[in-house]
Amino acid sequence: MMRLLAFQLVVLLALLASPVLAVQPSEMLADPKLEARARSISEELRCLVCQNQSIDESDADLAHDLRVLLRARLLAGDSDAQAIKYIVDRYGQFVLLKPPVEPATYALWLSPLLLVLFGAAGIAVYLRRRRAQLEPAALSAAEEAELKRLIEEGGP
Amino acid sequence: MRRRLIFVLPALVFLALAAAFYAGLDRDPQLVPSALIGKPVPQFALPALLDGNDGLKTADLKGKVVLVNVFASWCVPCRAEHPLLMRLAKEGVELDGINYKDKPEDAKLWLTNLGDPYKRIGCDLEGTVGIDWGVYGVPETFVIDRAGTIRFKQVGPLTPDVINDTIVPLVRKLSK
Repeated sequence: MMRLLAFQLVVLLALLASPVLAVQPSEMLADPKLEARARSISEELRCLVCQNQSIDESDADLAHDLRVLLRARLLAGDSDAQAIKYIVDRYGQFVLLKPPVEPATYALWLSPLLLVLFGAAGIAVYLRRRRAQLEPAALSAAEEAELKRLIEEGGP
Repeated sequence: MRRRLIFVLPALVFLALAAAFYAGLDRDPQLVPSALIGKPVPQFALPALLDGNDGLKTADLKGKVVLVNVFASWCVPCRAEHPLLMRLAKEGVELDGINYKDKPEDAKLWLTNLGDPYKRIGCDLEGTVGIDWGVYGVPETFVIDRAGTIRFKQVGPLTPDVINDTIVPLVRKLSK
């Protein structure tokens, strides 16, 4: 009986467990709506210490400070865009995990499109050439005459 | 002619890529271009670390060329660059410090043991002013011109090369 209870407890606890999060309960805002906004913004901001994690995932000290700061901005009434701008003003565009479309990033955004266009052009050229090869060549004058002779004589 | 171009093209693309990658070899991917270069010093006011001093605020950084060094006693590279800061101070470069997320008693001990190269030191206990300065890796050193504009930022410890090749010439140029 005790064993079954213990087993059930373990299963229950395993189900309750959630993935380890960098965001500490003490950082969270009381207002769930505001907290949800803070979470979605911080998922888009790069942690400058680890650089390939967002500040939402990072355990770095600075990421913690930025999460707290971001929540303070939201509490103070900043819109999402204002709060993001506040951090970009201090750390630059680099903190945006998704780079904005602007002259400096045109190459980044447009190169996939260019590659597709190049590929499509290549395929078009290839197909046209192949069709030209598949089409039988016209008969020469001698062949034409031979054919006519064969038809008129009704057999070789 | 067009045939030959098709064979040469991949080689050209390869050469261009190789050149780009070679140029990138020496670049440190950890370095983030500072958003604050060419911008005025952020608005801030920090209490003094040492008794009897004034602390550090925006107005202190106007009217002269000054270096601002962000340091902490817990930061190992800070210890490595400290003798260079002492040298700069001895050479007459004005140096102010921001003590970043440090315990004041630790920072005081640090200055007692290693020497104090700073004219003013502000205590940034929470690191909020550090964020205003775009600090992400202590130590960081900023060069501020007379108008109070940030002209250069070194992320990580200063080295003799950076001081001799960049900071000293820049300070000299701005001081003219």
